[in-house]
Amino acid sequence: MDGSSTRKTGLAALAIAAVLFAGILATLLVTNWGLDWRAAIALAAPMSALAQGIAWSARYPCRTNPLGRREPWRIALTHITAALVLSYLWVGIGRILAQWIDSGFGLTHTYKQFLAMQTHLYAAGFCYYLLGVAFHYMVFAQKASQEAQERALESVARAREAELSALKAQINPHFLYNSLNSISALTSIDPTRAREMCVALADFLRLTLGMGEKRVIPLGEEVSLLEKYCAIEKVRFGDRLTIKEEIPDDAKVCLLPPLLLQPLFENAVVHGIAQIPEGGWIRLSATRHADRLSVSVENSWDPEAGSSRRNGVGLKNVQRRLEARYGNAANLQAQAEDDVFRVSLVFPAETEEKK
Amino acid sequence: MSGSRQKWKALIVDDEELARKLLREMLSSHPEIEIAAECGNGMEAVKATTEYKPDLLFLDVQMPKLTGFDVLELIERDNVGVIFVTAYDQYAMKAFEVHAVDYLLKPFSRERFEAALERAKHQKPKREVDPAELGAAARPAGQYAERIVVKDGTKVTLIPVMKLDYAEALDDYVSLATEGKKHLKQQTISGLELALDPRLFVRIHRSYLVNLERVTRIEPYGKDSKVAILTNGVRLPVSRAGYARLKALLDEKN
Repeated sequence: MDGSSTRKTGLAALAIAAVLFAGILATLLVTNWGLDWRAAIALAAPMSALAQGIAWSARYPCRTNPLGRREPWRIALTHITAALVLSYLWVGIGRILAQWIDSGFGLTHTYKQFLAMQTHLYAAGFCYYLLGVAFHYMVFAQKASQEAQERALESVARAREAELSALKAQINPHFLYNSLNSISALTSIDPTRAREMCVALADFLRLTLGMGEKRVIPLGEEVSLLEKYCAIEKVRFGDRLTIKEEIPDDAKVCLLPPLLLQPLFENAVVHGIAQIPEGGWIRLSATRHADRLSVSVENSWDPEAGSSRRNGVGLKNVQRRLEARYGNAANLQAQAEDDVFRVSLVFPAETEEKK
Repeated sequence: MSGSRQKWKALIVDDEELARKLLREMLSSHPEIEIAAECGNGMEAVKATTEYKPDLLFLDVQMPKLTGFDVLELIERDNVGVIFVTAYDQYAMKAFEVHAVDYLLKPFSRERFEAALERAKHQKPKREVDPAELGAAARPAGQYAERIVVKDGTKVTLIPVMKLDYAEALDDYVSLATEGKKHLKQQTISGLELALDPRLFVRIHRSYLVNLERVTRIEPYGKDSKVAILTNGVRLPVSRAGYARLKALLDEKN
């Protein structure tokens, strides 16, 4: 934000307003009320400066009383009270000034004339304050719309970025090289299993590449991708990896961004199972409550392995993708409890794609 | 070492059974090499190394509990040829290249395997490679050790860095004070300093590295030296340079 340039423009506007106000007031004082021109300038200049102060001071009550967020009568009451008090003070100061001018220039009628036009000045002060109110509300509204626009742009950029990193993350080179190494070992030990693993790997790659192009997929499809992924990891980890799955049918039809859960499984393998010599389990469960879908991925975890992944990149990406699609309606929580690590997602249950 | 010796003893360390089987298979055409043991994790590897005194070590990097670098820190490295075996890991590979340590990248070809084996047989083990530095080089920039591995006799202890109160240099060793106990480790204090997050640990003296969170206050001591008083009441000397470092760090925090 270019705060200093907005401030400069504001000050320039204020100076122009002050000169105009003073000019008009002085002219009126001379032509309509028959004041001596020196007395008119001496009175109009400080009063104009004060008037600008009054208009500018409206900024604070405007900020604390944003339009649309409080009852209109409250806002009106605040501003009318402020306008009355400020115009009263303004005219009061003017009266004192008029007395000084009389004694300073050796005149006698300035004070008298001032008293005669007092009601007009009350009205002017009152209106000028309200003018200030209008001006500030306009500025705030403009700023708010600009910020909203920036936020919208930013969230689009974030969504795009999350999408890209999700695509990149779908094939982790580590996973790929380790799987190829397993196949390399199996070719002589157990050729049939080597072939099975090649097929499983090909299936997994085909599925992930196809999914990357879609905006949402049913949970059931994501689950079958996870099953493929686990089948491959099971070749590597053998008995060390156990998978548990509890997905009711009414949850399977719900939609979610593709590959949202895959990084969570990868985390569970890399930071959970792979860190425990005797292995462990990964449990995927989902429940649908009316319009909400909650999905959780839990895994065995070694608290002493020291891998604190609550702020990991993978987790952050999942969070960002959720935010990009559902905004505040989605929630992600990750916590370690004794020897279980749990990531829970809650988001709106949608069964057909909404624009 | 030369090729004249009769049998080579090798140890295969990998947490994946298939990966171990693959190495065993490739070694089967080398009658001069005897596989003393297969280890599924770093702890077993440390134990087996003491027990069998192998000449060759095939060492995976990513393993539960102890990584390959940890294992290297904990074993007697005289006369052991080490070949790291790892899947793609850009940081580990960079570390190997910087320290000229041999490694096999999974999956590897037979030719690549034979070449590594030949080199390990004929090359004197690199004593100048400091395993702690190797481990430090294998971490992405800005990332530091989360725990310190120590071996007392045959027992391996993992000290989470936040539980370390302070470290004291004792010749070639460092004494690590944690939870009222002290552990000795063969490492230089500078090597240890390199592995730890400089925002959490400060070298307050040539011989002392302290956990910033343990420092409660600093008091003058003598004419121009100072002492740091820790939460458990321990008093450590602070040198002038150490005081400047400590102060800069505390100022940065506030």
